[in-house]
Amino acid sequence: MSKLKPPIGKQDHVRGNANAPVSLVEYGDFQCPHCGLAYPMVEEIVRELGHELRFAYRHFPLGTAHPMALSAAIASEAAGRQRKFWPMHHMIFENQDRLSAEALWEFGTVIGLDMDQFELDINDPALEEKVEADFESGVRSGVNGTPTFFINEIRYNGDHDKESILAALQKHKHHGSI
Amino acid sequence: MLPIGSAAPDFRLYSTPDQQYSIQDFSGRNLILAFYPADWSPVCGDQMSLYNEMLQLFRKQNAVLLGISVDSKWCHQAYTQSRNLHFPLLADFEPKGAVAKAYGAYDQKEGQCERALYVLDDSGIIRWHHLSPPSVNPGADGILDALGKINSKR
Repeated sequence: MSKLKPPIGKQDHVRGNANAPVSLVEYGDFQCPHCGLAYPMVEEIVRELGHELRFAYRHFPLGTAHPMALSAAIASEAAGRQRKFWPMHHMIFENQDRLSAEALWEFGTVIGLDMDQFELDINDPALEEKVEADFESGVRSGVNGTPTFFINEIRYNGDHDKESILAALQKHKHHGSI
Repeated sequence: MLPIGSAAPDFRLYSTPDQQYSIQDFSGRNLILAFYPADWSPVCGDQMSLYNEMLQLFRKQNAVLLGISVDSKWCHQAYTQSRNLHFPLLADFEPKGAVAKAYGAYDQKEGQCERALYVLDDSGIIRWHHLSPPSVNPGADGILDALGKINSKR
């Protein structure tokens, strides 16, 4: 059984309730079409479960297949330094079909980033290291493709439709951590 | 599959039309042998593409990765270029599947390699192995754990 290593911590981008009975972690790649398809479903789940859920997103860019994946991940981290990780995350997935360096720049403007600071941050090697650390944690946790989900730190191996994931989340909510 | 602690059988296989590899070429390095059913699996994030992203992590563990399937050297060459892979794929092509058979990793019915992983230490001794169903990408957590254990013993 594959377990999330490390557990959700202060290095993560987290939404929802820190003391929620169930947690969902997604390892994603901003240019992966399967992640793009999963995005609206994950957003619905986050909205519907509200305070009953803690959701975190970690990077798993498959750069050879998806040449913009790493840049997009770094751009989201740079936005995160201005407390706008999630708006950038949403912008990227909602415009996945036209990802490019210019588009990332445009997204930054649209979500209201300080663009001078953004430019400094995307060139900070620490952000690439953060993305690489996410990737390595994914590999060590048994991620074998994207998206991969963990529910209460256990890899979810079921179907990627909303009903299946919701059912698994509800089950963990009632039984607590296993 | 071959038992843990046994010496890995050597082989000499083509990776490209003018390059061959054997285990001896990698002495002093840990070796990951990834037997897989076929080139051109139709998904992104397939096993070989995933491993291609991990070469740096393997290198940090003094390890070299070799993929092995029954596809020909010409097929491997095209696949490697298409997916931009940066590690050798070996052609267990003639006699077909002979190396996979020696490693107990040949699917006789389908006529292709099983999805099987071996980790050898720098002396060519088998330290870990894993067999997955053909459709399941085993990821790399087991490989990294095994390499960590090998390297912590020295």
